[in-house]
Amino acid sequence: MNKPAMPNSFRTGPDEQGMFGIFGGRFVAETLMPLILDLEEQWNKAKTDPEFKAELQNLSTHYAGRPSKLYFAEGLTKHLREVSSAKGLGGGAKVYFKREDLNHTGSHKINNCLGQILLAKRMGKKRIIAETGAGQHGVASATVAARFGYPCVVYMGATDVARQSPNVFRMKLLGAEVRPVTAGHGTLKDAMNEALRDWVTNVEDTYYLIGTAAGPHPYPELVRDFQSVIGTEARAQILEQEGRLPDVIIAAVGGGSNAIGLFHPFLDDKDVRIIGIEAGGRGLDGIEHCASMNAGKPGVLHGNRTYLLQNADGQILDGHSISAGLDYPGVGPEHSWLRDSGRVQYEPILDDEALEAFQLTTRVEGIIPALESAHAIAHAMKIVPTMDKDQIVIVNLSGRGDKDVHTVANMLGMEI
Amino acid sequence: MTTRIDRRMAKLKAEGRPALVTYFMGGDPDYDSSLSIMKALPIAGADIIEMGMPFSDPMADGPAIQAAGLRALKGGQTLFKTLKLAADFRAGDDETPIVLMGYYNPIYIYGVDRFLTDAKASGIDGLIVVDLPPEMDEELCIPALKAGVNFIRLATPTTDDKRLPKVLENTSGFVYYVSMTGITGSALADTGKVAAAVNRIKGHTDLPVCVGFGVKTAEQARVIGANADGVVVGTAIVNAVANVLGPKGEKTADPAEAVATLVSGLAQGVRSARLAAAE
Repeated sequence: MNKPAMPNSFRTGPDEQGMFGIFGGRFVAETLMPLILDLEEQWNKAKTDPEFKAELQNLSTHYAGRPSKLYFAEGLTKHLREVSSAKGLGGGAKVYFKREDLNHTGSHKINNCLGQILLAKRMGKKRIIAETGAGQHGVASATVAARFGYPCVVYMGATDVARQSPNVFRMKLLGAEVRPVTAGHGTLKDAMNEALRDWVTNVEDTYYLIGTAAGPHPYPELVRDFQSVIGTEARAQILEQEGRLPDVIIAAVGGGSNAIGLFHPFLDDKDVRIIGIEAGGRGLDGIEHCASMNAGKPGVLHGNRTYLLQNADGQILDGHSISAGLDYPGVGPEHSWLRDSGRVQYEPILDDEALEAFQLTTRVEGIIPALESAHAIAHAMKIVPTMDKDQIVIVNLSGRGDKDVHTVANMLGMEI
Repeated sequence: MTTRIDRRMAKLKAEGRPALVTYFMGGDPDYDSSLSIMKALPIAGADIIEMGMPFSDPMADGPAIQAAGLRALKGGQTLFKTLKLAADFRAGDDETPIVLMGYYNPIYIYGVDRFLTDAKASGIDGLIVVDLPPEMDEELCIPALKAGVNFIRLATPTTDDKRLPKVLENTSGFVYYVSMTGITGSALADTGKVAAAVNRIKGHTDLPVCVGFGVKTAEQARVIGANADGVVVGTAIVNAVANVLGPKGEKTADPAEAVATLVSGLAQGVRSARLAAAE
């Protein structure tokens, strides 16, 4: 890949065509094009409209429970200092968790859903559709649809319906219709295909509430902007609590919305090392992983050009991850650009490593993290013991892990 | 520069009848059967051949064409083999236009320049790439036009008069009007509305306008063809192939013969279209 020229700021993208370097764009069927242009226009108006901002702010505070806390994970820090000492290093950075798990609905997904439901309302849409992997975005979509009185259809891969049954039930309770998708491996990619088919059919009255910072422009931009509240808060909170910026920030990357939300406000803080964690699944040697930026190549899918897992003929692979939320063969286009520009480093974490982090965090912190977030914690467990005690690491705890207890029990060979 | 598509459309215009444009999936259910199907199409009365390039994630297609693509991929079809199919067909037919239809990623991975060179050498006349709207013309449309390959754009019910000029700007060969907002294989839209839309598009261009999505029977082909310059049939043909496959994908009858029977009927439909309109 050609390295793009180093920009003065990493925070100015996308350009007018919706591109982050060669990534992004609007690769959609003509039927959707007028709608996407309309969405862009409405979004451009909304983001500078004080009334829109005030309404979103009000909902974020009183409905979602923002700001989320920046928590000093003392138990994990202590544990990792012991690990460091045992290795004769005597170090161990301070670990902070950005507690997105404490938001209403239990993950960062509500940030984006509140923003987009207000956009749907402005656009006069009558019906909401969404895709979901782990079900976190499906639940958040069903939640805002219930709150604003919209009918909601959530497309979910049949495999994910089976492994995330608590979330499926939550969506149904919230009044959403969950449509299982059996195509492919029945995961997030297939759910997104089916949501796009619904959208192209019901284009007049339907708003497609995309859950991650991917898809055709302007979705990657607007989802990022709605999620950037994570990084904006975290940056102010660490300055207040520690009097300085962190040394490292870490987040898990599936489509990458929680990660871009944490990263974006820090992109121009040159001394902050930024690490995105991809699902390494059962290892990068085979095809049982979802590390598109470590093991894929650029291609075009779901409306944007980005790193994708694909074969030599350009057919998209299904991938694998223990975590339904990371089980996607692509990634948001801004991450692809940040990867190629070298600003953000992307590393894989294996299923087993995530599982270990899930258990450790539960025991030493009394916090059950989502398996997605456990990938980010697992990487912190690798690097924190090698860092100095006066250094600071922020991990995005993007969601809570109650939804994953069945999967984890299964992996551990237990019955519940 | 005229292409096989231009010449064929001019000839049909002189004959005073619409074109029958037939879509089949390249490599479905296997390479050899697919080549037989392709050869059978013009003999049965198809005027233009659209060959589907299978893709793992066909976002604009209904269940029938999704399944056909997966059968082809399972049978080992690749873009390279799809181009070879065209070349093999060309060895025996240098007149019938061939249009490739599909999604951008396999072409992007093949390499745009290499693809256009190989497509041209294989006798490909036009391209329909669903996920490349005019906003993305630099990707493939402009290079294709430079290479002398028609780039056929889809116009849809959501393409209003303000947007139509942008959609038509770099379109050549013909305009493909999608009869409905939806995926391939859905129910046919109100034919009166389709006729009005075709006339609206003709107000913006001299290019022939072909109508697809939802046309399955000879009668529908006749009604749509009364007004449009061409009628595209896809899902019905793909279903004719699926219908002769057993539960394990084994052939229970000759797919080429099944397709030929269907296409003969459709050909009669389009051939009676203008007679019907004159009545």
